[in-house]
Amino acid sequence: MTPGNRWTLLLIGAAAVFMVIAIVLVFGVAPDAANLTTETERYAQRIFYFHVPNWWVGFLAFLIAAASGVMYLTSEREVWDVVGLSCVEIGLTFTTIGLITGSIWAKPTWNTWWTWDPRLTTAAVGWLMYVGYLMLRDAIEHPQRRARFAAVFSIIAFLSVPVNFMAIRWWRTIHPVVIGSGSLDAQGGFALGPNIQLVFFFCLFAFTVLFAALLALRVRTEWLARRVEQVRQQVLSRG
Amino acid sequence: MIEVQSVIKAFGNRPILKGVNLNVAGGEFLTLVGPNGAGKTTLMNIISTLSRPTAGRVRVAGFDLAHDALAARRQIGMVSHKTLLYDDLSAGQNLRFFARLYDVPDPQARIEVLLRQVGLWGRRNDPVRTFSRGMQQRLAIARALLHDPPVVLLDEPDTGLDQHSAASLGDWLGQAGVARRTVLMTTHNLERALTWGHRVAILANGRIAFQADRSELNADRLRAEYDRIVTRR
Amino acid sequence: MPYLRKVLAIVAKDIAAELRTREMLSSMFVFSLLVILIFNFAFDLRADNQAALAPGVLWVAITFAGMLGLSRSFILEKDRGSIEGLLLAPVDRSAIYLGKLLGNVLFIAVVEMIILPIFIILFNLPADALPVLVGVTLLGTLGFAGVGTLFSAMVVHTRAREVLLPVLLFPVVVPVMLSSVKLTAAILDRVPLSEVQNWLSLLVAFDVIFMTLSFMLFDYVLEE
Repeated sequence: MTPGNRWTLLLIGAAAVFMVIAIVLVFGVAPDAANLTTETERYAQRIFYFHVPNWWVGFLAFLIAAASGVMYLTSEREVWDVVGLSCVEIGLTFTTIGLITGSIWAKPTWNTWWTWDPRLTTAAVGWLMYVGYLMLRDAIEHPQRRARFAAVFSIIAFLSVPVNFMAIRWWRTIHPVVIGSGSLDAQGGFALGPNIQLVFFFCLFAFTVLFAALLALRVRTEWLARRVEQVRQQVLSRG
Repeated sequence: MIEVQSVIKAFGNRPILKGVNLNVAGGEFLTLVGPNGAGKTTLMNIISTLSRPTAGRVRVAGFDLAHDALAARRQIGMVSHKTLLYDDLSAGQNLRFFARLYDVPDPQARIEVLLRQVGLWGRRNDPVRTFSRGMQQRLAIARALLHDPPVVLLDEPDTGLDQHSAASLGDWLGQAGVARRTVLMTTHNLERALTWGHRVAILANGRIAFQADRSELNADRLRAEYDRIVTRR
Repeated sequence: MPYLRKVLAIVAKDIAAELRTREMLSSMFVFSLLVILIFNFAFDLRADNQAALAPGVLWVAITFAGMLGLSRSFILEKDRGSIEGLLLAPVDRSAIYLGKLLGNVLFIAVVEMIILPIFIILFNLPADALPVLVGVTLLGTLGFAGVGTLFSAMVVHTRAREVLLPVLLFPVVVPVMLSSVKLTAAILDRVPLSEVQNWLSLLVAFDVIFMTLSFMLFDYVLEE
């Protein structure tokens, strides 16, 4: 019940192609943002094309993980546990990259690597939550219990993300709110002209395909690993 | 009263119960023996609704455990090798608590009757922590019978008891009125299995390998069957 | 109503057990006092910045003490196998959640009721703020214990229980901490609550959503 060989290869191929196009678009085609003043700022702005999709993929991954959690609890079919685990691993990776790219962008723009601004703080908190997910899994030996607890935790973790997010609506932030109502204190924000929008949405798309490819790969690997373990156990118990 | 049909239980990749079929009729006392790891406690956990089988059906007192577990719990009283009691509370407090959970009518009277039957009325205000293992098991019996269940499950109740206490456990069970109920007991001790039960069954390799009425067995024959089954792979 | 009776029976049992030993309450109380003291030394709190830091200090003390209480609640049950006694009984699993939750809230609240006046005295804060402060503290405790009861039931099965519970719980209850600290600060600064209404709404919303969620998910966490 895992993505077959052909689908996986197709996804990987598609992801590779789209990502290359995305990189070309970002560095070749996309125009400079209009209102940014320094050379560094203009160049650093391009990270936006990678930074935001990173967070988008993270969000998507954690959403699917929570949904898989629900599916696992209701059906008790192992495949949902595999999907959940894979999603969290991938989501965490992208979130980490998101934090790092954000930091790289922040230095020239805000003159600091990090700030305890609410959006960043809640992002870091979210990151910690999913590291906790992996730690929880590690700490439980019983496979069904591990899957069940992981499912419960991923549901709660995901639902706490929007609640965390709400906090910034009522807190002045220096993080540019590019999508949605802006804030007076936002520094480094820029207008989304049509070309920028085009490149941006393509990147979003490319990253989503990349996510799908990675997910397919990870699910396959995990599923096969578990089946191998199952056969091993059967052989051992017969001996 | 207890119907176990083709029950399979696997933990992850390891199957423990591989298709157990067992029936205990109303009023019957069945003892189940088997080597360590055979799955006796796993089976007891399933029958007592503590865990669910991977496959198969279990009915207790007419209730299908997959759908009516809560109703089934009212019909079951269990004595385990763990006491399942609260050490810091007194015997009386423990029983009063469980009486509330089981909706026992007229709890005070019932508690007194049971405590007297197991000889613990004098210690009713002492914390369970101060009881010997034998006394704790007696209190556990009282707790199991608090709600007058038709079905009693005993999961290796003689564990941790010395020879004398283990033997008198049978007396206490009798005093508390276990005899007229449907009883399923697991134990390591073959002699006890034979003397206490109407029927004996052997659980090995995840299945019921042998069953016989007490009238058809004696200690030697049971021992021989047991050794034969357990050493066969 | 039998359901409610069973919930209360569980709470009563936990109270009775704690009254016998008083271990948990005393350790929670002493621990929170220690935290407040340590913060005093660590941050060299002088009169001017004391008022600003006070709410944070209070909530750190409450949170850490709360963690202690939460983990003990289930560890005792698991180690002596008594959770199975509960599971064998004809009790809805959700009733066990409510019973445990109420017990946890009660214990943490008892510690808070002692800590709050001490806190006000130590930091020389307006005493008439106490009633509203109590209300806000309880709201925060509900959110904290709501999810904490669920998590402690999970964590009790692991090897590194005492470490894992804070790791899992803290990130999830950040909104509770945030709102509680903001509200506490507002109360102590005599800011009218209408101005910090959004934090109050956030806190209440969190409490409702996550207690409901934990209530629904608790079943899955107790199964063998």
